[in-house]
Amino acid sequence: MSHKVKNTVTTENICALLVFAYLIIYPAFHSAYATLNMANFLITVILALSLALIWGYTGIFSYAQAAFYGIGGYTYAIFCKNFTDPSLTPIFLLGGVIVGFFVALILGYFMFYGGVNDVYVALVTMCFTLVLETFLAQTAGPEWHIGSAQLGGYNGINAVTPLTVGGFPIKNLALYIFALVCMTVIYLTMRILEKRNLGYCLLSIRENRQRSEMFGYNISFIQMMVFAVSGAIAGLAGVLYTSWGGYIVPSAVGMTQATTPVVLVAAGGRKNPTAVIIFTLIYLAISQKLAASGSQYSLLILGLILLLVVLFVPKGIIHSLFEIIDRRIIRIGRNTDIRIGGGSE
Amino acid sequence: MKENLLELRHVSKHFGGLKAVDDVNLTIEEGSLHCLIGPNGAGKTTIFKLIMGIYPPTSGEILFNGKDMTKIPTFRRVQNGISIKMQIPGVYLDLSLYDNIRIAVQKYVSVREIPAEINRLIEMVGISEIGNPLVRNMPHGQQQWLEIAMSLASKPKLLLLDEPAAGLGPEETEFTADIVRRINELGTTIIFIDHDMDFVSKIARKTTVLHYGKIFAEGTFDEIHNNQDVINIYLGKV
Repeated sequence: MSHKVKNTVTTENICALLVFAYLIIYPAFHSAYATLNMANFLITVILALSLALIWGYTGIFSYAQAAFYGIGGYTYAIFCKNFTDPSLTPIFLLGGVIVGFFVALILGYFMFYGGVNDVYVALVTMCFTLVLETFLAQTAGPEWHIGSAQLGGYNGINAVTPLTVGGFPIKNLALYIFALVCMTVIYLTMRILEKRNLGYCLLSIRENRQRSEMFGYNISFIQMMVFAVSGAIAGLAGVLYTSWGGYIVPSAVGMTQATTPVVLVAAGGRKNPTAVIIFTLIYLAISQKLAASGSQYSLLILGLILLLVVLFVPKGIIHSLFEIIDRRIIRIGRNTDIRIGGGSE
Repeated sequence: MKENLLELRHVSKHFGGLKAVDDVNLTIEEGSLHCLIGPNGAGKTTIFKLIMGIYPPTSGEILFNGKDMTKIPTFRRVQNGISIKMQIPGVYLDLSLYDNIRIAVQKYVSVREIPAEINRLIEMVGISEIGNPLVRNMPHGQQQWLEIAMSLASKPKLLLLDEPAAGLGPEETEFTADIVRRINELGTTIIFIDHDMDFVSKIARKTTVLHYGKIFAEGTFDEIHNNQDVINIYLGKV
């Protein structure tokens, strides 16, 4: 049963270990400002992983991850404005995640049970994101409030209480550690999932949805549930972002924000969460440097990267690099086309 | 008297003005090895798709094991004991052989039993010696047999085989006939579609001829083979 022998010494695993080691020691060698900045990067990584789950693993291209991100953030902010006791913020965090889950569940129900698939999912989710942004942007009037939380139009909701656990606010280093823990748990869960029945089930949906139904899988239900879970993860990222910055605005749900995870996941390697993490961190570091030098350069670069990746490295830059190093240096003859299971001869 | 495993009662499927299947009554006994033949466009594959629930019928009822399956979704029909091998191999081309069978198998056995079940199935269709290649790189015949193995993973009572010998050479066709016979002898009822009369003659115990969506003739292979009307429709005279 040679197929049972899984090779764990892969470029991907080595890089994953290095990246996590770097992230663990990062605060020790960087300023409090840099650490807080990196915490924001990690939050974007969580958003990108939510898309890798639904798109890379399950083959459903969602443009709504930013919408769920915004929904999570707004939910958390609205709770915080209505209940000022900071000790309740962990429950609000949970609230943001749960609302993200259920909004995605409902949207997913109508799409997947309604037979909507492929490019039409992209269109529906993009419309959903646009509608949400447009709606939030026009809530400047005083009539737009939920309890004592004013939605605030383009200004969004400001001065949001940071996440507080046991009277200790999760800020600065604590927020960094919390974001890193969340990211690690999501990443490891995804990696473990690859080898489990559910991972194979998602793989089968990605590869050939209709055929998989004829092996007895309830495809619509599974698609809906994975979509909901990815909504919950994006919601978590939104909550963390709101807690990080103390504000949430409609542009967090806007087209730029919606496009960012798509490009990060596509350019890194959508079937490979390690590649997504590495690419996201590299990209954010570069784009921040560019942004500091002025205007919208980072967006231009984002667009250019997407164009080049689609044309020349459709599997993603980092994922393709993993493959090359695996073959040339580590000499693993594995079929790296296959993310889950793998041709493991 | 054997029980009826599958019954199609006045089943029709219209696509706009086209009557792809027109008032078909078909009964399949448990344990049988039944062949559907007919010229292109006769409605054979459409009947399979109706049995699987890929298309809803325009009218009529489909009973399986005495239960009305007409409105049950595809995955439930599979869980109830119907399985299919598609006309164009419905395998996951970009996955390895083991991953393909694992996907088909894992729903029906415990995690611990998965490796043994994978081995049992690939041995059953005679592809245990080829290692674990990407399915895209396997010859067409092996892809066909792999899909037969995958469609057996749910331990179906009824197996639908849509052109299992299509595109195969004489030796591969002979081997496929062996596989189909063996599966049937192990207790699975089989309905298959094929154009290769040599293949049909080797295994079919009962043959139904479809023409323009209707049942044109039914009988043993010899009866059908010598039926002048059937010969005529194949030659385009009816």
